[in-house]
Amino acid sequence: MADLEQRRIIFKHIDEPGYSNDIACYVRNGGYEVLKKSVLRKPDELIDEVKKSGLRGRGGAGFPCGVKWGLVDRKSGKPIYLIVNADESEPGTFKDRYIMHQDPHQLIEGTMISCFANNVKQAYIYIRGEMPHGARILEKALAEARAAGFVGKNICGTTYSCDIFVHRGAGAYICGEETGLIESLEGKRANPRIKPPYFPAVLGLYQCPTIVNNVETLCHVKYIAEFGGIEYAKIGTPNNTGTRIFCVSGHVQRPGYYEFEAGKITMGQLLNDVCGGPLPGRKFKAVIPGGSSAKILRFGERYKGKRKVGADMVDYDWGVEDVPMDFDSLGMVGTMGGSGGVIVMDDTVNMVEALANINAFYSHESCGQCTPCREGSLWMKKITTRMVHGNARSEDAALLKSVADQIPGRTICAFGEACSWPTQSFIAKFGDEFKNYPESKKAVKPAEAQTLI
Amino acid sequence: MNLKAETLAKIDEVITHYPVKRSATLPLLHLIQEDMGYIPEKAEEWIAAKLEIEPINVYEVVTFYPMFRRKPIGRRHIKVCRTLSCALMGGYKTCEQFEKEFNTHRGEVSPDGNVTIEFVECLASCGTAPVVLIDDDLHEKVDCAKAKQISDQIKAEAKKR
Ligand SMILES: Cc1cc2nc3c(=O)[nH]c(=O)nc-3n(C[C@H](O)[C@H](O)[C@H](O)COP(=O)(O)O)c2cc1C
Ligand code: SF4
Ligand code: FES
Repeated sequence: MADLEQRRIIFKHIDEPGYSNDIACYVRNGGYEVLKKSVLRKPDELIDEVKKSGLRGRGGAGFPCGVKWGLVDRKSGKPIYLIVNADESEPGTFKDRYIMHQDPHQLIEGTMISCFANNVKQAYIYIRGEMPHGARILEKALAEARAAGFVGKNICGTTYSCDIFVHRGAGAYICGEETGLIESLEGKRANPRIKPPYFPAVLGLYQCPTIVNNVETLCHVKYIAEFGGIEYAKIGTPNNTGTRIFCVSGHVQRPGYYEFEAGKITMGQLLNDVCGGPLPGRKFKAVIPGGSSAKILRFGERYKGKRKVGADMVDYDWGVEDVPMDFDSLGMVGTMGGSGGVIVMDDTVNMVEALANINAFYSHESCGQCTPCREGSLWMKKITTRMVHGNARSEDAALLKSVADQIPGRTICAFGEACSWPTQSFIAKFGDEFKNYPESKKAVKPAEAQTLI
Repeated sequence: MNLKAETLAKIDEVITHYPVKRSATLPLLHLIQEDMGYIPEKAEEWIAAKLEIEPINVYEVVTFYPMFRRKPIGRRHIKVCRTLSCALMGGYKTCEQFEKEFNTHRGEVSPDGNVTIEFVECLASCGTAPVVLIDDDLHEKVDCAKAKQISDQIKAEAKKR
């Protein structure tokens, strides 16, 4: 199983015995050498490296990082801001947590290189409120980096200056959406802004051009600055370059975080060989591959079509286990790689109850600006909760679908899609389970079945 | 407003982090909540004056973000994750165990004033589900036995006070 070796470039030091989160340990391991070299290069050269690397954002959308940086309005004369999206709140995702707690200087170095490349003079790390220790660790790390000349005035003895501050959120998922995050950083409710005109690259924080990147994305930038974009692009597969950190949770023997080259491992290898397969005596039933908004995959279904391999188009006929774990392949089977959060459910789980759990999340987290999202997420929650705790009717499946179908495309931000995809995909793939629920809920549950709502 | 000198110093420092004072709304609310345990109405007015905005601007923020509270809570704050990965591993049972231990219901202060128990959404530690955040500390793989053990510890500490 040599091909199943992890390739840890971002999580290289995570859980390494003796590795600590102070600057002395980081520097001992070669830390800040890349920043020292980078500030002697031309900023455009660094942006070019990131473009060549093919790096795609790790926050959820998989948008090419170099393209994002290319969109920044550099002619306005206004300052350019960079915000590190450390809100990590997409259910099933838990990778940025470990970077910030165990290796904060890696994030700071990646952020500072990105700031230098984009002529940013002020950056903020927006960390979710429920990580108070993470915020303190970052603040301490920033103080250390400032004292050593890696953050603040005259970085590495050059004329370039840039500061980084930590800003804490306060428990709202929508702060992860980049324009909601910007509103929150401005001291307001995190109501996302409408695009156009409020593209962060043009009208972001304080109406200035702003770059928002995920924690992990910026760590990849450090690696790219060190080894070059072309070398980085050799990791992973074409258009899905670099490594991906998979956060596996739910019903597997060994949940946890695993870093592999993108597209070089399949779902089956990840869940069976790496995570040890299902719990004793159980079978996999379904998996959500990229955070709770991603559409669900049902074990046993098949995906067929044509895909590009090198210059050729070849047929594919995959089961869930065969799907390579990368943005494009997961997109081809109708879901997404998203944030890398893989949530696994076995045959003890009732899909109506699992959906009710997810719907409660979205209903709680809708910011409430758009009627379809606010009302739709609430009704999807009410209907699924009623099905579980009250009277379930076989026509509820159609009702749920009609509510979900009226949300996407009619809202200010992508939360509208995010909250409707679970309902749409659960009903599409487990429609019978929804229709039969009025009967099946009377049956005796497996002993291991958990309350989900 | 009787804030500790240390809090006041931190407040003045954090305002300098932003080119626009209003941006310091969330940091000030965090600092005051840490100092006083909750956000009283007069704190909203005080922050508004400090940041040269209207009290309604602070009020609308306090009521939007789940972590800010306008009423005092129990001495310890137990936040049990409710979201899917934790629920799949028994998060609901964990929450019920805490409720039983402290003879209370989620969202309420326990009769002895020791704890407030709450369900919260995904805490970004789904791989070690079910997880519970108690004040600032994350507890992992909290099954019923571990919930009981943690509860006993909280009760023992409360007795010593
Ligand atoms: C509802 C919603 C929630 C989001 N939550 C997060 C989050 O918690 N963390 C994150 O990095 N990106 C999140 N995003 C994506 C951000 O809007 C943005 O695309 C990302 O921070 C860009 O960084 P990247 O290009 O480096 O991925 C969310 C998006 C939406 C629509
Ligand atoms: S889609 Fe939902 S979360 Fe996004 S702005 Fe509209 S109401 Fe708010
Ligand atoms: S679902 Fe509980 S920590 Fe993510």
